[in-house]
Amino acid sequence: MTGPAILLLLAGLGAIAWVSARARAMRLQTAARASGRRDAVHSLPGYHGWYVALWTLVPAGIFLAVWANVAPGLVMQDVLSSPAAQSLPADDFSRSAVLGEARAIATGNQAGAFNPLSQGLVEPYKDAIGKYGIAGAALALVLAFAGGAYAFTRVRPDFRARTRVERLVMATLLIASLLAIITTLGIVASLLWESFRFFSMVSPVDFLFGVKWSPQSAALGYGNDDAFGAVPLFWGTIFIGAIIAMVVAIPLGLMSAIYLTQYASPTVRKWMKPTLEMLAGVPTVVYGYFAALTIAPALRDFAVKIGIHGASSESALAAGLVMGVMIIPFVSSMADDSIAAVPQSMRDGSLAMGATTSETIRRVLIPAALPGVVGGVLLAVSRAIGETMIVVMAAGLAANLTLNPFASVTTVTTQIVQLLTGDQEFDSAKTLAAFALGLVLFIVTLLLNIVALRVVKKYREAYE
Amino acid sequence: MTAMIQNQESMTPAVETKMTARDVKVFYGEKQAIKGVSIDVDMDNVTAFIGPSGCGKSTFLRTLNRMNDTVASARVEGTITLDGEDIYAPSMDVVQLRARVGMVFQKPNPFPKSIYENIAYGPRIHGLAHGKADLDVIVEKSLRRAGLWDEVKDRLHDSGTALSGGQQQRLCIGRAIAVEPEVILMDEPCSALDPIATAKIEELIHELRGRYAIVIVTHNMQQAARVSQRTAFFHLGELVEYGVTSDIFTNPKAERTKDYITGRYG
Repeated sequence: MTGPAILLLLAGLGAIAWVSARARAMRLQTAARASGRRDAVHSLPGYHGWYVALWTLVPAGIFLAVWANVAPGLVMQDVLSSPAAQSLPADDFSRSAVLGEARAIATGNQAGAFNPLSQGLVEPYKDAIGKYGIAGAALALVLAFAGGAYAFTRVRPDFRARTRVERLVMATLLIASLLAIITTLGIVASLLWESFRFFSMVSPVDFLFGVKWSPQSAALGYGNDDAFGAVPLFWGTIFIGAIIAMVVAIPLGLMSAIYLTQYASPTVRKWMKPTLEMLAGVPTVVYGYFAALTIAPALRDFAVKIGIHGASSESALAAGLVMGVMIIPFVSSMADDSIAAVPQSMRDGSLAMGATTSETIRRVLIPAALPGVVGGVLLAVSRAIGETMIVVMAAGLAANLTLNPFASVTTVTTQIVQLLTGDQEFDSAKTLAAFALGLVLFIVTLLLNIVALRVVKKYREAYE
Repeated sequence: MTAMIQNQESMTPAVETKMTARDVKVFYGEKQAIKGVSIDVDMDNVTAFIGPSGCGKSTFLRTLNRMNDTVASARVEGTITLDGEDIYAPSMDVVQLRARVGMVFQKPNPFPKSIYENIAYGPRIHGLAHGKADLDVIVEKSLRRAGLWDEVKDRLHDSGTALSGGQQQRLCIGRAIAVEPEVILMDEPCSALDPIATAKIEELIHELRGRYAIVIVTHNMQQAARVSQRTAFFHLGELVEYGVTSDIFTNPKAERTKDYITGRYG
């Protein structure tokens, strides 16, 4: 019995369970009402239907999910104990090739065998798959019937099916939220594990404090120990994401927030705010080629014209400027929120003292809104240093440790992309370095986010 | 004004009139909030505006230092003068006006700065102090006048928002005093305070009387009776009656005033 068939069968059983339980509940409740015991009726018939249907489906479903993971092992065991398996080659590699081929033929994914050995294993495979398929389906059906029957006998007018169903809804929601957390933990665990493997090949001190980044030469065997020094990458990331981008984003974002909250008329605000926020909706790859194809060449020409040496067509400045523009809506909407959160009475207090609007903004609103603004900027920084597409396209690959914004620098994210694209074996330091870089990036953005949220929260409390 | 009855005979003639309002009307969009109010505010007396909620007393108070300008839909008609000068004239500098006509709000609103900085705020922006020593003098003088100096002199650099509600309100009064205003407008300054803090503010108003023209809006009639010498009763955007406080409370001329102070509505 195939997977889809058994699922359909279960769904049918569930539907039958729902309909029959609902009908039974209706009948019992009508009888209960007729006898005048109106208060004895607890849940609507539909809830009884759901209760029985869930008892039919959930245990069987859980069993099937477990079975799907266990069955292949059982099948394999059967096949290996068949007489034809005695002639399998000894080494693991060809052994698994033969077994894989036999299974492909048995399940109908492959027409004929290249290896004559496989042919002999097809029959045992077919037998085993059929046997465990039927066993699994039968067990699932038994479970479905047992669950359904148990629940069906509990359908009574005063049975609290509604509360039971509610409990299951809560369990489902809990599982959904746990899944997200478990996924996060899984990602962190994999990062930690692979980074640990990397650090068993390369010393963490060399990685964190080394100033020479050249993973390719190390992989090709003529590198030295310094080849995984990530300082130029960290510097490039900070230079582009935390310095150049912020020089653009902080003043522009802050000033536009001030204009929008303090000076703009409601009509202007109604149009300008969504337009500004549209910047956040532009796909980053579009920013990327805008930076690479429009801004970068223009900057290089400009640099050459004013006589700056070492101007590259993939400059830190181009990537940083465009990233700054991308970040503007973040800064401006956080600043907007925190300025708007400063009570009107502060503004009135200042204006009533004879302060002008700009004095009020400078001396009262900005200081009062500062923690919120700082929080917004930190979030923006964490967004900027994790940004990938713009820097991959516009920042270049040369790991330079330079202060010249017209020179090419590289970032952590660019290098991760570079290390992991193409065919890679997964046990070289070169590939594993990507995980170590990812770990560093993760820790830094996590810290930035924690600090930012804390700052914002502390400030919010002050006015409530 | 037909609805308004002036108890002219009981007014002492020798007072110096500080602000006058003539036929002032205020509109919020289409809605008229003040319907032609004329009143004189003088230097020697505390003037109280009383009336039920929504009668326009706060709105009218805010026309006296043009704080209604911050409300986009508000429009003011009529004439209001300060020392004979029309404050709604185009030549009037609003910023200067508000320095001369200070305001204290319903809810204490100290800036989230130190006590010292709260007081120093006004003198700084108006350039009243010449150097740090001068500013220290202004801060001490203002805090003394606000009756707060002894309570805060050892913690001038603590945050103003950490003070109690009553202290915060006196800080706000001190902040207004620091720019040497001529008139102080108080918009229900005690409505957010407990009785003890209220008593302190009322005592302070007594002490400030004569030095500044004081106008206080209150919904508490006992308070009006305690702190003011002149009382104006507002109802539905009209000035119903204006006169010597004791007359208003003991011998009101208008029926509406009598009904209000005897507690028939409001």
